[in-house]
Amino acid sequence: MSSGIGASVKRKEDKRFTTGKGKYTDDVRNDNQAYAAFVRSPHAHARVKGIDTSAAMAMDGVIDVLNGQQLTGDGIGNIICGWAITSKDGSPMNMGAWSALATEKVRYVGDAVAVVIAETQALARIAAEAVDVDYEELPVAASVLTSMKDGAPQIHENAPGNQIYDWELGDEAAADAGLASATHITSLDLTNNRLSPNPMEPRSAVAKYDDAEDHYTLYTTSQNPHVARLVLSAFYNVAPEHKLRVIAPDVGGGFGAKIYIYPEEITCLWASMKTNRSVKWTSDRSEAFITDAHGRDHVTSAKMGFDDAGKIVGFKVDTIANIGAYMSLFSSSVPTYLYAPLLSGQYNIQNIHCNVRTYYTNTVPVDAYRGAGRPEATYLVERMMETAAREMGMDPAELRRRNFIQEFPHQTPVLMQYDAGDFPKILEMAQETADVAGFPARRAEAEARGKLRGIGYSTFIEACGLAPSKAAGSLGAGVGLWESAEVRVNPVGSIEILTGSHSHGQGHETTFAQVVADRFGVPIENVQIVHGDTDKVQFGMGTYGSRSGPVGMSAVAKALDKVEAKVRKIAAHALEASEDDIVIEGGEVKVAGTDKSMAWHEVGLAAYIAHNLPEGMEPGLKESAFFDPVNFSFPSGAFICEVEVDPDTGTTEIVQFTSADDFGTIINPMIVEGQVHGGVTQGIGQALLEQVVYDEDGQLLNGSYMDYTMPRAADVPSFHVQHHETPSPNNPLGVKGCGEAGAIGSPPAVINAITDAIGTNDLAMPATPQAVWRAIQAGAKSVAAE
Amino acid sequence: MTSINMNVNGKAVSGDVPDETLLSEFLREHLRLTGTHIGCDTSQCGACVVHIDGKAVKSCSTLAVSLEGAEVTTIEGLANGDLHPMQVAFNDNHGLQCGFCTPGMIMSGVDMVKRYKAEGKDLTSDAIRAELEGNICRCTGYHNIVKSIEDAAAKM
Repeated sequence: MSSGIGASVKRKEDKRFTTGKGKYTDDVRNDNQAYAAFVRSPHAHARVKGIDTSAAMAMDGVIDVLNGQQLTGDGIGNIICGWAITSKDGSPMNMGAWSALATEKVRYVGDAVAVVIAETQALARIAAEAVDVDYEELPVAASVLTSMKDGAPQIHENAPGNQIYDWELGDEAAADAGLASATHITSLDLTNNRLSPNPMEPRSAVAKYDDAEDHYTLYTTSQNPHVARLVLSAFYNVAPEHKLRVIAPDVGGGFGAKIYIYPEEITCLWASMKTNRSVKWTSDRSEAFITDAHGRDHVTSAKMGFDDAGKIVGFKVDTIANIGAYMSLFSSSVPTYLYAPLLSGQYNIQNIHCNVRTYYTNTVPVDAYRGAGRPEATYLVERMMETAAREMGMDPAELRRRNFIQEFPHQTPVLMQYDAGDFPKILEMAQETADVAGFPARRAEAEARGKLRGIGYSTFIEACGLAPSKAAGSLGAGVGLWESAEVRVNPVGSIEILTGSHSHGQGHETTFAQVVADRFGVPIENVQIVHGDTDKVQFGMGTYGSRSGPVGMSAVAKALDKVEAKVRKIAAHALEASEDDIVIEGGEVKVAGTDKSMAWHEVGLAAYIAHNLPEGMEPGLKESAFFDPVNFSFPSGAFICEVEVDPDTGTTEIVQFTSADDFGTIINPMIVEGQVHGGVTQGIGQALLEQVVYDEDGQLLNGSYMDYTMPRAADVPSFHVQHHETPSPNNPLGVKGCGEAGAIGSPPAVINAITDAIGTNDLAMPATPQAVWRAIQAGAKSVAAE
Repeated sequence: MTSINMNVNGKAVSGDVPDETLLSEFLREHLRLTGTHIGCDTSQCGACVVHIDGKAVKSCSTLAVSLEGAEVTTIEGLANGDLHPMQVAFNDNHGLQCGFCTPGMIMSGVDMVKRYKAEGKDLTSDAIRAELEGNICRCTGYHNIVKSIEDAAAKM
């Protein structure tokens, strides 16, 4: 069986995970290990008047108790947001100071004020309870609607009215004119519910300071260890970059929550130096709920105008986004450049305007969660399309079709130039598989059983592999968005790929090896993927935004080009042939049209023995490349969800979920489908089950798996997943990225199906049984009434 | 401190542990069997499932001192040389992504297949989904976990 591009190769990395031999951060235990426990604020907003550590310090086994004054006194810098957004009046965003350990004020429940270092984890936690912090409680703004009001509690001194920025994209006059010309306008007020990412492995950090070498090693649950090292050294002054090794070993899921550099990693590194001990911290789930960055949390009002033919003539959006108590690493970009540029969806819309205001609140910081901005845009656009179709009495698929972009590249009025796609085709595929034609009969059959059956669409676009670096920089990004790869062909012909991408479930050890096997015809077993260690891989930007395929693999492909060029030269010289006649296939390097050939490993050996290389060629066979894409890639998809609602209980069952995705070139269909399954399930979680809830005092009300409703196996169906490939012209492999599509596209499909079933557009996420039952009671149709 | 003796993965083990020590902690910290994972603190996620005297149990909710003389099997001890059919099925059907919930999923899967076979009941995909109520996965959407367990059930 082929192990090249397009083959469903079984994962190489599975054995260690299925046998319990995976090595996650919390599995690391250094000699002389000490443990950290954080003293966290129980108040959402308070002044810290004093910290009495004497009781904790007196406990046997407590090594030290450290606070924010000591941390800042040692020159540890504030945590920064890496993307500068400029308000429409030209003013810079108002970034409030965020110290890893709070000094004067705490701003959310869970804000750390001190850390206990002790001989055991249990002891550290007991001692943390004994630290007595004197708080002066302050008024709280726990929601964005509260914090934006006049007279709201001031959370950061440099952000008047708690506003961080007031930003816009698009031409407001054009959007207004478009709406004025419309014969039909659909208006929607939507909330995009706040979520907790919840990777199953809680965050963890094991820091070790070596005083003899003045060198630090940090094991951490990171999606991007090199970015962590850069930020920890360049901005937080924890250690110089060449004196800090960051290792992200096996990481148990990320979904965005493990992109950022949190107070705990900074503190563990610093505390390791202070105590000259290896310091370990592992979050428990309760701590994760109050420290891992949350996602979404938008409030939006929007209007979309249509002409007589059902063509969209104007789209105007006003969004208010909650940033939480501090600006996390990419928080500012999520409701701006990862959101508004996606508002054109799959549709040819000439006039779009979007205004976004963001505010601080006394809640956990909000940042990217699977999809990051794009789910919020998609939810708005796709609920808008479905609602408009209902209001105009049109088939929702037909309304979409009339507005589909048909030619590529396509320039939208909101920055994006779409690369490739075939939107009518994927919609048709999804409709066929979902048997849309048979829906009326299924609805009638359900009605006979007392159930309300509905169908809902979502035809969506996303933008993956954020790029190019230069453009991102011009929009305020503080980093480049390329990726690196190094290809080392060993003297025996085996190949090591060093990549700056990081796998935390995506299967890179298999798919990246497939790209190599495809190129040279070598067995996939002879290809090893190395990642996640700053001592091994020179630099890399990590994995988020579905970038490992379009950017990370492309860097590998580019490095393979260089290796291939050298292999051709070596073989042509050894076989006394022209380079142009060299063919590399099936693990052999041949001269076309002759029986002359070298085995792959013979070329590797020749490169290192260097007895017979072309004049002037350096020995060895190792090449590296940095790939900076010319543009994003634009995966698209058509999702169709079918639900049955029990009108007596409001319970929703997803009876069928169909996806037709265009991810461009697919390296491993099995893995890509797995990404869709997982993403769709997270989207179903957002639509039906999940929401982070704070009370008015800023207390998190559902911070455990007893309270926060994670999707479980019985909450979701098996999925019908299919693909159509229009390769992206923006990278050498034509891949578009598949990690986020499911989470981006599915929430509106689910809500559109439920609102179709119950006959009302007025339904918010999560559509819990109570919410659906109330919507039914509020005037939607019921089976009995018909 | 209490002295305990039990059999873990076929080997006699003993230790002096504080009475509050959970089995999960005993396995991970005392025996360094780190394949048993801790994904929550309310016994909901199931990443810590092991077998005690042949039954699936959440090791985070079991005191080590309550297991004097017990037979404990963890993910590390599930296979006898070759991989267990459930481990093979998870690889064959792409039943794992990040791998963190996987040990618990496999241990729960083995237990449910054994129980259904012993009772002569058909382990349908709906039954698998209901049985997985105590195991949370954030990566796979369960689709391929259900397939994996169905596949293994046919081979066990």
